[in-house]
Amino acid sequence: MKQAIFQRIFLGIVMITAVIILNFFLLHAAPGDVVDAMLAEGGGGDPELAARLRASYGLDEATHIQLIKYLGQVFRGDLGYSFYYDQSVTELLLGHLPTTLMLTISALILAVVFGTLFGVYAALKPKGIFSNFVTVLSLFGYATPVFWLGMIILLVFALYLPLFPAFGIRSLPEPEHAVGRILDIIHHLVLPTFTLAILYLASYSRISRASMLDVLGSDYIRTARAKGLSETKVIFKHSLKNAAMPVVTLAGLQLAQVFSGAILVETVFSLPGVGPLLYESIVRRDFPVILGVLFGAASTTIIANIITDLIYKYMDPRIQSIT
Amino acid sequence: MTQPNKPNSDQIFSSEEITSEPDVKWQDTFHLFCANRAALLGLTFVCLFVLVGIFGPIVIPADPFEMVAMPLMSPNGQTLFGSDYLGRDVFVGIIHGARPTMIIAVTATLVTVLIGITIGAIAGFYGGMVDNVLMRITEFFQVLPPLVFAMVIVAVFSSHIVVVILAIAITTWPTEARLTRAEFLKIKENEYVTASRAIGDRNFRIITKIILPNAMPPLMIAITLRVGITVIYEAALSFLGLTDPDVITWGKMIGQSRDFFFEAWWTVTFPGVAILLVVLCIALIGDGLNDAFNPKLRGR
Repeated sequence: MKQAIFQRIFLGIVMITAVIILNFFLLHAAPGDVVDAMLAEGGGGDPELAARLRASYGLDEATHIQLIKYLGQVFRGDLGYSFYYDQSVTELLLGHLPTTLMLTISALILAVVFGTLFGVYAALKPKGIFSNFVTVLSLFGYATPVFWLGMIILLVFALYLPLFPAFGIRSLPEPEHAVGRILDIIHHLVLPTFTLAILYLASYSRISRASMLDVLGSDYIRTARAKGLSETKVIFKHSLKNAAMPVVTLAGLQLAQVFSGAILVETVFSLPGVGPLLYESIVRRDFPVILGVLFGAASTTIIANIITDLIYKYMDPRIQSIT
Repeated sequence: MTQPNKPNSDQIFSSEEITSEPDVKWQDTFHLFCANRAALLGLTFVCLFVLVGIFGPIVIPADPFEMVAMPLMSPNGQTLFGSDYLGRDVFVGIIHGARPTMIIAVTATLVTVLIGITIGAIAGFYGGMVDNVLMRITEFFQVLPPLVFAMVIVAVFSSHIVVVILAIAITTWPTEARLTRAEFLKIKENEYVTASRAIGDRNFRIITKIILPNAMPPLMIAITLRVGITVIYEAALSFLGLTDPDVITWGKMIGQSRDFFFEAWWTVTFPGVAILLVVLCIALIGDGLNDAFNPKLRGR
């Protein structure tokens, strides 16, 4: 067990290193370098100054030496500097990642919990109305673009029925009391979280229905019923955990995708997360920030994947190592 | 996923039988698919969409970028689906947006599937060290959030249509690779594969002629569904304004109307409904294929 955890963490570090190397080469492929960005911010400069600056930043050295330096730099937590925001990329990321993570994680939890419950309920009556509803819901969940759904939800629940705020994460002026401030943030996050959660909930409910149907047809459930256990006990104690497994696995694998969805949702709801930061930086060609976001997003996923694996192992002790 | 019609273990294979796809009964599948009304409806609509993509711009030759009405006019006799903030006809935009959507979705899917199947097949067939290395690479691509990675690729290189297609493919192939690998691992244990080896077939032939045809059912379902996902993916990139500015697509129409949709719901609703309908119909086809290949699992 311990060895498996260490192995998993080691693999994670290798992955993060690979992301950094990828980042380095993308940064090299990008038009213009840090000196160009600096001089552009200052309104242009002469070639001699540019050459001197390049030398001082080590940009005239061989590629492999630059790569090694870059690796060391990133592992020390330095992702470069944004001349547009006049802030280090690490600080920018730490300022924007929490919102995105909050959105991603709350949407995923909502989707897993309600998706599983929907699926289990549908599996109890495989030919019932609710089961058909799950089928239709999963079709729409697959076919709806998340950013468009967000806009339609905004139209309905912020414009026609003004129940929720349309933009941002805080009201202005902010409520004075701390509890009021937290409630205010939650109030702002309801629509974006639901937008993101509904689509995944739809597909999870179908998957959990399928696995629940499998489980309910298995021998050990027949045994449990034959023993005379109550139906509630059979469902919640014996079947639910096994029916939820595929959903948890899928949720872990889809984390990077949900993160991508969160970025679109943030753009629609103007939340101050990674999405708008990335979008702005692409418009401004601010490459250190763009690649910083890629690094931040990838390493978050890597860490989250390790955690999911460990949860999975806890849920199903039969599984020794997942690679 | 269960495998239909596992070959009998005491069956004796002749070289003839080995090559004639022992696992998949295509004719049965075809009949089952044709009996599925929802799938046929989806197929009909997708064909219609393809026709609109091919002939739409010829039938309605109006320039989708031209300003033909007052800005933000609601749907009326002159403009069927209203006009956007620059007075461009939303309906004409939807008709002209069908072709690029179709081209990008199909080519990007083909590239994705090509990469995915190749890597998955090699990993699953050879196993061992090759498999290990290829799967680590696949995992690496899976931890990069697809949209973020695609945005970065487009930002670093260009928003040319080829770059967009490659960006979509590079960020999505792992799913197909994993699926292909899983199928190959399962199928290569069958006797007919051993038999094919025994009669001295080359690896390339075993992969492409023996195993791949038998791995096709789940792959075909996955490929169908992939087309739909790619339509949405492309729409998302267009929505963010990352695709070629001279080509009109549905996602771009939604993205450009972002600041005005509270005043003009029609500017985002109709292009979105177009995406939704097309992808929904692709999903119906995928479901139909699923039921046709796995009749026992109907309705799951």
